[in-house]
Amino acid sequence: MTMQPVISAKGLDLTFQTGDGPVHALKDISLDINKGDFVSFIGPSGCGKTTFLRVMADLEQPTAGQITVNGISPAAARRARSYGYVFQAAGLYPWRTIGGNIRLPLEIMGYSRADQDARVARVLELVELAGFEKKYPWQLSGGMQQRASIARALAFDADLLLMDEPFGALDEIVRDHLNEQLLKLWDRTNKTICFVTHSIPEAVYLSTKIVVMSPRPGRITDVINSPLPRNRPLEIRDTPEFLEIAHRVREGLRAGHAYDA
Amino acid sequence: MRNVLPVLTVLAVIIGLWYAAVAPMNIRVTLDQAQRAGAQIVPETARERQQVSVWLLMVRNPAHIVETYAMSRPRLPTPVQVGTELWKTTGEMVLSGRGFSNRSLIYHAWITLQSTLWGFALGTTLGILGAVAIVYSRVVDMSLMPWAIISQTVPIVALAPMIIVVSSQLGITDRTVPKAIISAYLCYFPVLVGMVKGLRSPAHAQLDLLQTYNASGFQAFLKLRLPSSVPYLFTSLKVGIAAALVGTIVGELPTGAVSGLGARILIGDQFGTPLAIWAALMAAAILAGALVTLLDMTQRITLRRMGMQA
Repeated sequence: MTMQPVISAKGLDLTFQTGDGPVHALKDISLDINKGDFVSFIGPSGCGKTTFLRVMADLEQPTAGQITVNGISPAAARRARSYGYVFQAAGLYPWRTIGGNIRLPLEIMGYSRADQDARVARVLELVELAGFEKKYPWQLSGGMQQRASIARALAFDADLLLMDEPFGALDEIVRDHLNEQLLKLWDRTNKTICFVTHSIPEAVYLSTKIVVMSPRPGRITDVINSPLPRNRPLEIRDTPEFLEIAHRVREGLRAGHAYDA
Repeated sequence: MRNVLPVLTVLAVIIGLWYAAVAPMNIRVTLDQAQRAGAQIVPETARERQQVSVWLLMVRNPAHIVETYAMSRPRLPTPVQVGTELWKTTGEMVLSGRGFSNRSLIYHAWITLQSTLWGFALGTTLGILGAVAIVYSRVVDMSLMPWAIISQTVPIVALAPMIIVVSSQLGITDRTVPKAIISAYLCYFPVLVGMVKGLRSPAHAQLDLLQTYNASGFQAFLKLRLPSSVPYLFTSLKVGIAAALVGTIVGELPTGAVSGLGARILIGDQFGTPLAIWAALMAAAILAGALVTLLDMTQRITLRRMGMQA
């Protein structure tokens, strides 16, 4: 039996009806994502990258085409709790401690108290926040808060980690550090990650597959399978291979953007 | 403690304005009384004085200005007179062991407080339940909200006697009940509006996140919407308790009640004892201040317990 793709999209279309007329957010999106892939979606605002992520998570309904997640519909996958979603804003509850925030999905999904404790401790370790369990979100820096929100997404055993510009609001140095950590985490957990960004270096550094998108209508213009090895020190960003992929991504973005410079 | 100085400054300004207002407010009556006692007043007849402004009367009769501050039935009493009356009907009566007699303001304040708290409890409950219904049902949102707003445009003074009449028709003899209903009527609205805003305060991303967990509507309510609304709730409760107190006092005014701060105000008016009116007003203000302060402290403690920076 051949390995079934985690995400399989065929001819997806999504049109929003707005006051200003229909907006073609996704047009003819076809893409397969395999287990263990780290896929980045890159493109300018309005290219549909976030919308595509939301379709995967059953937060938006496509108007045409098909998409399956682990062979079932996104709605069924959501009911099976297959998604760990990380938004740009960490969105931690200010009235819960870091531990309490990570516990939130576990409480909702009905994990036992002892299991909750064990999982909270494990994921805090994973994002290097051990010892911060009893702190409140306002006592942590922005980068730490975002790590806590990643821990929250990892606490239950979701197959798919969907990250919507998780480091978009953070400064360059913190971002580098978190990117490095995220790669280690991906390596250790072997999760499938879909990552929305508009930073070319971030996309190239993190991904095994880079999906370049362009707006009006939102569509895929290029899919690049990265030849970079799984193990990537930050310095890899200065190698010719890295720069070559970055160049191709930039070309793809430029091609999609040619009409409105 | 930082806000003590501004509060004291405002208080000083109010007291200053108050003292400045006493002389012009009382000068006419003072001059009438002085004339009857045989003093020389300019102009001489009461009729002529009607044509002259209070300022001119003060300038022409400077010797009598001091008397305006010590009348037994002043148009406007001085703060000290009000304070003295307040003490006579509270502290002094407690010291003489009659703290709870029906001449004591403590007794009347207690009557008013009871209705206020019942009304507050009822109004808050209705407000919260209404808000939950509005947030969770579009139909209720469209049908209930306009009525809630209209309900507050009806003057409560017009409504209060009707509520009293209806409740006595229904055989309810305890006056606490209609008064509590009137005060709930005023108090539910700020709670409703505040809670609707509070329950709707979570960001879209927050609700989306819960959806990816496949959380039920009830879980989303309990774990996200309700805690998010707590700061809004307390703000509304502070407005609500003040409204409840006003509602109770209004409920006591036009209804021939014999006890309660509202009744004291009405009786003071009928018997021409302005000091009693002012003392009752002051007692109501102190009561309102105490209730709001109490809620404010509860808010601080609750939010700190919840880990939010209050």
